[in-house]
Amino acid sequence: MAKVLVVTSGKGGVGKTTTTAALGAALAQGGQSVVVVDFDVGLRNLDLVMGAERRVVFDLINVVQGVAKLPQALIRDKRLENLWLLPASQTRDKDALTDEGVGRVIDELRSRFDWILCDSPAGIERGATLAMRFADEAIIVTNPEVSSVRDSDRIIGMLDSKTVRAERGERVEKHILITRYDAGRAARGEMLNIDDILEILATPLLGIIPESQDVLKASNVGTPVTLNNAESAPARAYTDASRRLMGEQVAMVVPAERKGFMDRLLGRRAA
Amino acid sequence: MSMRLLRLFGGREATAPVARERLQILLSHERGLLGQTDLLVTLREEILAVVSKHIQLDPDKVLVKLDRGKTVSTLEVDIEVPNNFDKKTAERRMAG
Repeated sequence: MAKVLVVTSGKGGVGKTTTTAALGAALAQGGQSVVVVDFDVGLRNLDLVMGAERRVVFDLINVVQGVAKLPQALIRDKRLENLWLLPASQTRDKDALTDEGVGRVIDELRSRFDWILCDSPAGIERGATLAMRFADEAIIVTNPEVSSVRDSDRIIGMLDSKTVRAERGERVEKHILITRYDAGRAARGEMLNIDDILEILATPLLGIIPESQDVLKASNVGTPVTLNNAESAPARAYTDASRRLMGEQVAMVVPAERKGFMDRLLGRRAA
Repeated sequence: MSMRLLRLFGGREATAPVARERLQILLSHERGLLGQTDLLVTLREEILAVVSKHIQLDPDKVLVKLDRGKTVSTLEVDIEVPNNFDKKTAERRMAG
């Protein structure tokens, strides 16, 4: 049974695209067939983070409008054969997307994949509501910071009212994914801690992604962080989160950077 | 001075509790507003209609507020009534 998962947040820059790419790759590494769909029309970036920016020919709007067939627009990942990308349009207006049109494409994707990951644009406007419209589950990406938590609360309210499931009286299963977490700063009381965030948002936790240089390194080279350096702290955190999505029980720990003796001695960061 | 010295020696300020408290207050307010807007508008209109049958009111002077608490919530209705309202209804009764 295919699952449609929206990666959303309200606030921009918290790590939605990084998360979509990393979780999509981790699920694919776990043997699932996965498509990641970019809903950020006009400001697409998932193609860049996935390293497929030079292979985009057709996009979501072309498929919705019937200009291209779905298989023509789908781009297969070069590293994982069961991972695919459906890019957003870079030029067209997001008003070209209709509820019915997107619904048709999602239905077609449901028949082809186990997981459909929808990368939402920031904001609470049409692009964001369309990305969540057909979702069965939602990942709300939250930074341990007041404005991000507030926006997450707002998005949770929208998931409970503006989705097809909500309108049918059903629930969208929601998960909080905390990104850019610094355990040291939280322990010193300089950053909201996990319990604070979960208590305020009253939503279960999917995972904790530590602040790490590996995230930027991975996006620099266009590789999801779980593929770029599978042993890095954020990659292990995303892999754990993907296993929880697949229904496994995985202990909730904040992976730390692994430092060797010489690194510690010289004050170097783990590679 | 002592606070500054403390900070100088690594006693950093714990600002996270402030963030948590500000968020809790803000969100309890915003959730109320977003979730109950329609209900409050309906309540306000109907209360205004009922009271207006008997007392002439300035619609802008009718306030309806819902405060959500942990165990109970309170509905606060604040209606400002002109001082001579009873005379008017009395006059109307006389005329009628």
